Amino acid sequence: MYIEVKDACKRYKQEGREFVALDNVSLDIDKGEFICLLGPSGCGKSTLLNALAGFEKVNSGSVKIDGKEVTAPSINNITIFQNYGLLPWRNVLHNVELGLAAKNVPRSQWEEIAKKYLGLVGLSGYEKRYPRQLSGGQQQRVSIARGLAVDPDIIFMDEPFGALDAITRMKLQEDILRISREEKKTIVFVTHDIEEAVYLADRIVVMMADPGRIKSVVKVPLGAHRDRTAEDFLYVRDKIFELFNLKSESYIEYYI
Amino acid sequence: MKKLLSLKNIVVSLAILIIIWQILFSVSSYDKALFPSPKMALDALIEMISNGKLFENIRTSMYRFAAGYISSVVIAVVLGLILGRLPKVFQYVNPAVQLLRPISPTAWMPFIVLLFGIGDVPAIVIIFIAAFFPVLLSTVSAVGGIDPIYLKVSQNFGIKQPALTWKVIFPAAFPQIANGIHLALGTAWIFLVAGEMVGAQSGLGYQIIDARNNIRADILLATILVIGVMGILLDSLLKLAERLILRSWGGAE
Repeated sequence: MYIEVKDACKRYKQEGREFVALDNVSLDIDKGEFICLLGPSGCGKSTLLNALAGFEKVNSGSVKIDGKEVTAPSINNITIFQNYGLLPWRNVLHNVELGLAAKNVPRSQWEEIAKKYLGLVGLSGYEKRYPRQLSGGQQQRVSIARGLAVDPDIIFMDEPFGALDAITRMKLQEDILRISREEKKTIVFVTHDIEEAVYLADRIVVMMADPGRIKSVVKVPLGAHRDRTAEDFLYVRDKIFELFNLKSESYIEYYI
Repeated sequence: MKKLLSLKNIVVSLAILIIIWQILFSVSSYDKALFPSPKMALDALIEMISNGKLFENIRTSMYRFAAGYISSVVIAVVLGLILGRLPKVFQYVNPAVQLLRPISPTAWMPFIVLLFGIGDVPAIVIIFIAAFFPVLLSTVSAVGGIDPIYLKVSQNFGIKQPALTWKVIFPAAFPQIANGIHLALGTAWIFLVAGEMVGAQSGLGYQIIDARNNIRADILLATILVIGVMGILLDSLLKLAERLILRSWGGAE
């Protein structure tokens, strides 16, 4: 397996009370897959993503990528954050060029590479703008271009469209789906939006809270071109809804 | 229009100041050699300009100021960038800083004169001390307060030291650091005069003492005015530099 999580546990102390963010989580992901980690807040989906990306270590169990234990963030696996993480003192072009020095790309090629990926996310002509002059959706596009520019193997996305309005979000979902197919990246995408997960994922990892764990992994039997209003789309979406409406007392909050 | 309005404000404000001065001069019973009129101060100013003394003293003072202030800012910012990233170390440095910080730089004066003698050094050291602590502390707190996402992103994109400091931490902390540098400018300028009054035989501060010794209150007041104007000029110059840097870094205008 390309990404291998085995019996991962992560506990936090919160106001003296122990909080189990990940309880014996195991998950395998293939190269080129688009995986959505879906669940309510506190289900450990972001913790799992941070463990995969190398920002946090698990207390026990193992997290491996390509056979190697993950110990620190790597430029081969880029994380896209909800609040973009652009450097406001750099213009769009220089933001996208951020990782190229560490990749030992010759300086003469930086601009060409940056412009190529800005084009890919639909922001040609915005090179000289500064992040604060862009809308939220445009800033997230810059951040995606910046990630793609270092040609990573995996892209981790932590609720990347959570701060955007519905229309912008759908447009970006379409674009990230197209880009993931064109660039053949493995993508692990955290969301709490069921429809978003059904629209994007090859497989949806459904997670539950308290303790954070994987409830089930659902394969999405939809093709490359997905229609949010098609019957099969709605069918899969309803299946996921059902999963969250389990008749167990501990999930009573989802009846509301 | 806005510029004109602010020019009008300046003219009116200064005119009121001069009128009050003139009234005080007219009603006071002091000898006019001790309490001169605005006109006499202006004549003294022209006298100082024409005999070259004023510019010589300004040059001397500016040299000391530049040496003390710039070296202080550079060292304090570099130290602050380092200490800001090492909060555990700073916990041991901070008590000493807090002890030294409230001491007026002039309190060091006799000690500095004993060590270095009269001349450029005491004034430079005083200015250095005056600017050092505000810049150091604002830099440390600026570095400690930068958004952790910048560090996460840098880690992810393989940005290592020293590039991390110069390309990410410094620009991220710059607006707050610039605040400290700006505040320190005013403080340092105030203590330049104090330093030259005690520890030097030249410069604007010394010129005040010299004028007093010769009972030339007109020169004394003219020098005070020059010090004020120089302070304003330095402040605007720094403001301009700050704005240019922030603009080139895409900050708010």
